[in-house]
Amino acid sequence: MNFKETLIKGEQGLFKADSLTVMQKLTLRFVVVGLVYYLFVLIEGMIMRVYEVEQVSMFNDNQFFAILTAHPLVGIFGSTYAIVCGAFYFLVPYLMKKPLYSLKLAHWNWILLTVGTFVFWFAGFISHYSPLYTLYWPLPADFSQFDPLGGSFFVLGIALVMVGTVFFIVNVFKTITYTPEGWEKQPAGKLLGSALGTSGLANLFRRKKERKEHLVSLPVAAIARGTVDMALNTGIILFTGVLILIYMIGHLVGHSLDNTAIDALLYKNWFWWGLDLIADGLVLIFVAGTWYLLATMITGKKLFMQNIARAALLVELIVSWTVWSHHLLSDQAQPGFLKVLSGEMVTAFELITQGLAFFITLATLWAARPLKMTNELKFLLGGLLGFALAVPAGIMQADVGLNRILHNTQWVVGPHVHVAILVGLTMTLYSAIYILLPILTNGAKLYSQKLANIHFWLHLIGGIGMGAFMGMAGLKGMLRRTLYFNGEYDLYMILAMICGSLLFLAFLAFFVNIVMTLGLQGLLGIFKPTKNKDLKLVPEV
Amino acid sequence: MVDSALVLKGQTIAYTLYCSVIILLMLWFGTRLTKKGKSESKVKPALFYTFVAFLTVLGVSLHIITYNTIPWSEMDLNRHEITPDKTFSITVANHEFLLPEEEMIINTGDIVVFDVTSKDLTYGFGLFRQDNSMLFQMQVVPGHRNDIMWRFVNPGVYTIRSTEYSGPKGIAMIEEDVVKVIGEPLTKED
Repeated sequence: MNFKETLIKGEQGLFKADSLTVMQKLTLRFVVVGLVYYLFVLIEGMIMRVYEVEQVSMFNDNQFFAILTAHPLVGIFGSTYAIVCGAFYFLVPYLMKKPLYSLKLAHWNWILLTVGTFVFWFAGFISHYSPLYTLYWPLPADFSQFDPLGGSFFVLGIALVMVGTVFFIVNVFKTITYTPEGWEKQPAGKLLGSALGTSGLANLFRRKKERKEHLVSLPVAAIARGTVDMALNTGIILFTGVLILIYMIGHLVGHSLDNTAIDALLYKNWFWWGLDLIADGLVLIFVAGTWYLLATMITGKKLFMQNIARAALLVELIVSWTVWSHHLLSDQAQPGFLKVLSGEMVTAFELITQGLAFFITLATLWAARPLKMTNELKFLLGGLLGFALAVPAGIMQADVGLNRILHNTQWVVGPHVHVAILVGLTMTLYSAIYILLPILTNGAKLYSQKLANIHFWLHLIGGIGMGAFMGMAGLKGMLRRTLYFNGEYDLYMILAMICGSLLFLAFLAFFVNIVMTLGLQGLLGIFKPTKNKDLKLVPEV
Repeated sequence: MVDSALVLKGQTIAYTLYCSVIILLMLWFGTRLTKKGKSESKVKPALFYTFVAFLTVLGVSLHIITYNTIPWSEMDLNRHEITPDKTFSITVANHEFLLPEEEMIINTGDIVVFDVTSKDLTYGFGLFRQDNSMLFQMQVVPGHRNDIMWRFVNPGVYTIRSTEYSGPKGIAMIEEDVVKVIGEPLTKED
């Protein structure tokens, strides 16, 4: 096939969208949306990288801060949530060996996530709403800088995403516990107990012979426990959204609540508790579960120390509820015991839980030597490296002494946040995409291994490099969420921009590879309705 | 007495060394993974438990070490029991620092409190050296007391800057060269 034919029909014409089951299409739709929003994030990131060096006239400061606001939210919800939801809608039924509870809820989840992300992104784009990702930072509110109407639409977009997330949460837990029509009654309570870890916990107090078997697999347990944090976070964000809406509507109807009603420190505690359910909760739990699944799929062997791995996921869940105070180490009114206990000591547990997941995954791979260096394996190793770099960086800043000189600097957002997300999380997701691609496409062949290699190396070097140069600037005093006009940190920002460009090129290589693998016809076919509503995961041969 | 620049230098060296080791380790691991292993290539549980113990010791000892070596950690947590040599009260409102009328001149070795009050939004308060590096910072939350105690080690001129995002207007919250520290640098014995 020549280039044009491949572009239209995909590599060797192997991908036929008509052959997809409704579940395959559902997952692929989530993944495509997630990748499109990842492109949004990349473009926004590059605009900000350029603007940090040179305040080009195409943009202004208000636009810069509006992008800064939308950027992490589009990344978290539009991209990561989409890919994760799509993958888990396929994996939970696959691992539970029963159909998804509700296809309708899953489709609405996809629509609400896609539309909601666009609504809040667009509201920010038009109105330059930029109180950052805490929806309103800081409370009390300040409407001299932000348009309450734009803010209302922004919050509406977030609310749509959250409603979609509620659908996901219901669907995951129902799929684990429900009894499909015509099946023998399933022990819903026991399944839930196994998924959440209560039965495993009870086993600790039973004699060896009396211990109960785990009814759900380890990856399902990880998905369920991460989904608990997702549920709590959704509640927090929805509540916060309503709270902000009250401020905005109050302002619009001429009854200002600007400096009243909510204590700013209480709000900070509230919001960081909720946000850490994502950053220090579901991300770490989902990632650990995904590492375990990938390691067992790549090696075809049992997970090393799987009972400990299962227990560590429960510890991680509990830890995620109690670490929020590390964001308030520089708040002098925050009680000292919360700073030391929650901010330092409990946070240090993340080094242990994430370290365990790291070790267990490596040990599982090691036991299966020799392994072929496939795309999924190399991206998995990249993801492991990302967290190995980013978690200790976070533990360092979660220290009363060091936080005094690191808080709100580029150190936080570079070596910690961006390396964790871009290298740790995103490379893990890429590993999952590469391993699931043949399963989800009924055997489509990757167009180019060279492009996959380029994707890997440019992403790895770009991600680590960008984080490193941002970190160096942070150690020299460069603040996050600010602009410098006299070239104070140009050297570091230019180097970070070059590394950002590598990330961009890496995604282009991946994008071209995927388009050429599936073909334009195939890609469009993913979005065409499926006549067969049968919930089988893959077509019967 | 240790200056925060020295702490940052120590941190930079420690983290750079760690990153170099972990990157090399992963490269070695990735290379060895494709090679045939010995007949028994399983990892022994003892190694796993040793690793867990190492992480536990590392996680806890980091904070114990910093508490005992970074001088401002202990002072910060116990600041209400220490009598300062000087206190400067600063107010922030409408994205502006309202500084004390008298010049902020400090002798090296003095223990100073900066007591910052916000009248409206959440801001930050940081002191920066002439080369833009940060000496220290804290959050400034409305409705609460925001006080930071500091002992100045070296003479110098410092700029105040808001270290927390408070909307686009916040980036202009800079008061250049408003804190002056005079006298001889403190020695180790001080």
